[in-house]
Order: sequence, then C-alpha cells, then structure tokens
Amino acid sequence: MNDNVKNARDYWRENLRCLLLLLSIWFLVSYGAGILFRELLDEIQIAGFPLGFWFAQQGSIYVFVLLIFVYVYWMNQLDKKYGYDERE
Amino acid sequence: MTVQTWTYLLVGITFAVYIGIAIWSRAGSTKEFYVAGGGVSPLANGMATAADWMSAASFISMAGLISFMGFDGSVYLMGWTGGYVLLALLLAPYLRKFGKFTVPDFIGERYYSKTARIVAVFCALLVSFTYVAGQMRGVGVVFSRFLEVDINTGVIIGMIIVLFYAVLGGMKGITYTQVAQYCVLIFAFMVPAIFISIQMTGNPIPQLGMGSKGTDGLYLLEKLNGLSTQLGFAEYTKGTKSTLDVFAITAALMVGTAGLPHVIVRFFTVKRVRDARKSAGLALLFIAILYTTAPAIAVFARTNLINTVSNKPYSNMPAWFSNWEKTGLLKFEDKNDDGLIQYVAPPEINELTVDRDIMVLANPEIANLPAWVIALVAAGSLAAALSTAAGLLLVISASVSHDLIKNVFNPKITEKQELIAARLSAVGAVSVAGYFGINPPGFVAAVVALAFGLAAASIFPAIIMGIFYKKMNKEGAITGMIVGICLMLFYMLKFKFGVFDGGKAAIAGLKAQWWFGISPEGFGSVAMLVNFVVALIVNSFTAPVPEEVQEIVENIRIPSGAGDASH
Repeated sequence: MNDNVKNARDYWRENLRCLLLLLSIWFLVSYGAGILFRELLDEIQIAGFPLGFWFAQQGSIYVFVLLIFVYVYWMNQLDKKYGYDERE
Repeated sequence: MTVQTWTYLLVGITFAVYIGIAIWSRAGSTKEFYVAGGGVSPLANGMATAADWMSAASFISMAGLISFMGFDGSVYLMGWTGGYVLLALLLAPYLRKFGKFTVPDFIGERYYSKTARIVAVFCALLVSFTYVAGQMRGVGVVFSRFLEVDINTGVIIGMIIVLFYAVLGGMKGITYTQVAQYCVLIFAFMVPAIFISIQMTGNPIPQLGMGSKGTDGLYLLEKLNGLSTQLGFAEYTKGTKSTLDVFAITAALMVGTAGLPHVIVRFFTVKRVRDARKSAGLALLFIAILYTTAPAIAVFARTNLINTVSNKPYSNMPAWFSNWEKTGLLKFEDKNDDGLIQYVAPPEINELTVDRDIMVLANPEIANLPAWVIALVAAGSLAAALSTAAGLLLVISASVSHDLIKNVFNPKITEKQELIAARLSAVGAVSVAGYFGINPPGFVAAVVALAFGLAAASIFPAIIMGIFYKKMNKEGAITGMIVGICLMLFYMLKFKFGVFDGGKAAIAGLKAQWWFGISPEGFGSVAMLVNFVVALIVNSFTAPVPEEVQEIVENIRIPSGAGDASH
C-alpha cells in the first residue's frame, strides 16, 4: 500500500472515531436526557426547571453548539497531523 | 409616534437596506449567481445560514406553538437545532470538498447517473415549493396586521422585494441581504423577550427568567403547571404525546433539517472545507440565540395570556384584544352569556380561540411594550420570511437552470445563457410562490411541517451513503430515494389529508391506525430507514460502483485542495 493511501485511510479512521464519539453525546443529551429518560430526570429540579424538561428545551441546544465547535477544533488538529491543512 | 408610523418607518428602512445591498452585490457570472463566487467568510455565511434557516415559522409561529404544546414543543427545539450537528459532522465538509453548485449536482455525479440527478431535482423542488408557499403567506399576514393593507397586496409587495434581490444578485445578493436580515430579526426577537423577562421575573436573560420566580414568589413554571391543570389543560412541563412519537418527530425534523437543499447549498459558498465546518458552528450559535429564547417567550406569553383573559369581563379587554379579533386570529364567543371569558380545555365550554401565530406578534402589545418594539417585531418577521423565501427561490431556480437545462436538456448552453435561464427561473419561481401565498391551498401549514419528512426520506440518505459508503451504487440510491419519498407521500396523503378515506373529515378517526402509533410529522424517520434498507438490498445484487467513482468518494473525504466550486 503506498504512503498516500495509507495516510488518507488513517485520517479517515480517526475522523470516524471523532464522529462516533460526538454523535453519541448528541444522542445522549437529546434523545436520552430530553426524551427517553426525562421523567426520571424531571424528579431533579434545578432552579425552576425540572431537569428533563430543561434538557429538552434548553440544555440539548447548548450542548449541540459546543459539539460543533469541539468538532471544528478536533478536525483542524487532525488536518494538521496528517498534512491536510488547507492554510498551507 | 403611533405603532403604525413606527412600523412604516422601520419596515421602510430595512427594505431600503435590502435593496441597497442587492444593487451593490449584483451577480455577474453563474458562479456568483449559484454560490456567491465561493468566497464568503465563515462569519457572514454563519449569519446568512441562520437567516436562511429561520423562517416565518421559527420567528412567528414556533414560540406560539410551544406555548400551547408545553413539553411537546421540544420536538421543534431539539429537531430544528440538532439537525445542524448532523449537517456539520456528516455533510457540510464533504459536500464543500466536492465543490459543485447544487444538491442534485452531487447526487447526479456521485451516482454517475442522469436519472439520479432528475430524481434529486424532483425531491428538491417538492421540498422547496411546499416550504416557500408558507413564507409568502407569513409576509401577507404581517403586512395585513401591521401596515393595514390587504393580505394579497402584502404578498405582492413581498414578491417584488424578493424578486428584486434574488434575480439581480442571485446567491451573492441573497447572502449579504441575509446577513442584514439576521441582524434585524435577532434584534427584533430579543428586545421584547428581554423586556418581558424583566417585567415578569426581574431577570434580563430570558433563558434564565424562564426558570426563575415571578413577582408573586412562585417559580414561573410551577405556576403555569398549576394554572394549566386548573383550566383542564395538560401540565405544561409534561405534554401529551407518546414518547415514541416525540422520538420519531424529533428524528424526522433533525434529519430533515440536514437534508434541506436550501441549507446545504449555503456551505458551497465558503472557500475551504475548514470554513464550511466553522460556519456550521457559527450558524447554529446564531440560531441557538433565538431557539433558546423561544421557549422562554412561550412560557411568558402563556402565563400572560391566561392571567389577562381567564374569567375576566369581555368589556374590560385591552385594545390589542379587539385589534387581533379584527384579523380573525382571535375569536371570542360568549357561550354562557355571562360576559366573562371562559378559556378552558373542554371545547364545548371553551369560549376563546387563539391562533398560535399571534403569540409572538401580540406579545409586545399584551405586555404593554412601547410602540417601537411592536414595529420592530413586524420588521423582524418580514426579515425572517423574506430571507428564507429568497434562499428557497434560489434552490428552485438553480435546480431548473443548472440541473435540468444545463445538465440534462441542453448541455451546450453558454454561461451567459445559463445565467439568463437562472434569472428567468427565479422569476417563475417567485410567481408560483406568490400564487400560493395569495391562494393558499388549505393545507399549506400542514405541508410545511411535512417538507422535513420528505427531505429526510429522500435526500438525506442518498447523500450520507454517497459519502460514507463508497460501494453504494446508483441502482440502490435511486430506488432508495424513490421508495422513501413515495412512502412518505403516501403516509401524508393517507393520514394527514385523508385522501383515501373520504377527505378531511376522516383524519381524526384514522389516528388509531397510525403505523406503530407514529404521526405523519414523525413518519419521515421511518421512511428514511426504509430508504436506507431498500438501497442496501438493491445494492447487494446490482452492478458494483465503477472504480473512478470510488476514487471521487476517497477524494471528498480529505479536505486539502478543495479547489473552487466549478462545473
């Protein structure tokens, strides 16, 4: 296997690992905390919010924004590591 | 100054700005017309995407819907923001690397087939047209209430404005007007929200105010839960939909969002793959400002409404009440002739019908805010409706001129002719949208929500498999799209319009027959799964993907050397 092909394949693998981790969090905060386990979480109240309700209408959205910025940072690092940085 | 003068002033100024930008950013080439020349900065693209995405539905209807749905309204909040995570992680960077003009461009070339392109064009047109009709209607409603012109005149004024900058500026004009429109709409949304939050809870941040104590020392949400149960409604923080249906609707909206052509094309306008990723993050940040405020407005508005009207004499109602009665969006019928307004859940004794759409529009009046704030809301709703309409019209015109005329019917067309064709298709698209705005088929509002299901069932799986599964062949992808979209259409027609069972009257009775208890709004997620499964099965016994196409896929997975968007 030539080096370029191997490099590209390794980059893609790491990319997929990053996606898997971030999408699991994405799933947990929205479908998990906001829908499937919300009644359980609603038992906990923070300020005026039942926690499950808060995740469904506020928390999940904050986490979504964070996730994309983590992804941006992570991928920029990967690009650099594998020599795919577009600024060069 | 009166509300009316303020409205004319603010709407006039914002319209002048949009037209000014359109003249300054005219498109001179097809590349400028389709993808704004491909050099938009991530920040500008983030704002433009946010405005493109937040439509009349987000601005005008969503908070109102949530205030009547309580917890169930979460499907819109999570569904319409969570889709951006999918978009940023699974689609935007790769489609940018691919570097073409439209979504059917990608599907047509990745699946090496004209048929695939045509099927994708059909799906994109179906999704975009259903969506745009709702926008024009929104423009009409705002004009009729705030500028006291006839709804139809309002639609026509809106058409002329959109026509002007979409036809002249193409994507380039649209991008920079959308940046301005984002600023207008977010300001217009936040100002009344902050005012009301301070009034009701003393906390200037609506997101926190929603969980704070009101002036009477009770937590707002607890108080609202109490009021709701008293009047016979479900507890606000609990909702009534089944968990499975909430799950399915959220999934359909998320996936649908990631599959909407007018949102996807925005990522073709930036220079590099890294810019596509970053602008997706910025777009969601800008969207989240409105989307985390909307549920707070919902709580404030609902509490305010109940406190103002419940069991109060009709004769004592404030001026906004009769203003909105005139538009027909608020109706009072004194069933027991006691002169008081009974606003309760059981329909036989309930006396007040409130259209969900007026909650945001009437909110500043209900809370007694100054005239300029009310006018600002009018300008903001117009910005939201126009920016989305323009984005959709561009997708429609590009599908016709680029995908159908240039790539299917007449590949010999010159760039100049293609640009003319693009402009003419934009004119045609605006006219059709305006027609539906003036003569809305009774089901427009219902169909807009279903546009997401259609996108989820057709476009999203084809793109995902195109990127992540390089062995997916054209036969699989095409059959998947066709089966997915037909299944979704069938389910819509059967359960949303009652077409096969004798029309509208039958819809309520059909609810018991919903497959797995999933509503038509949530069915997009089922149709999407079917699309994937059918595609994989067909793929397993048809000809493998040519070597050079697999190389294209390998190539789009790597960011460097994105190159410019080109034919």
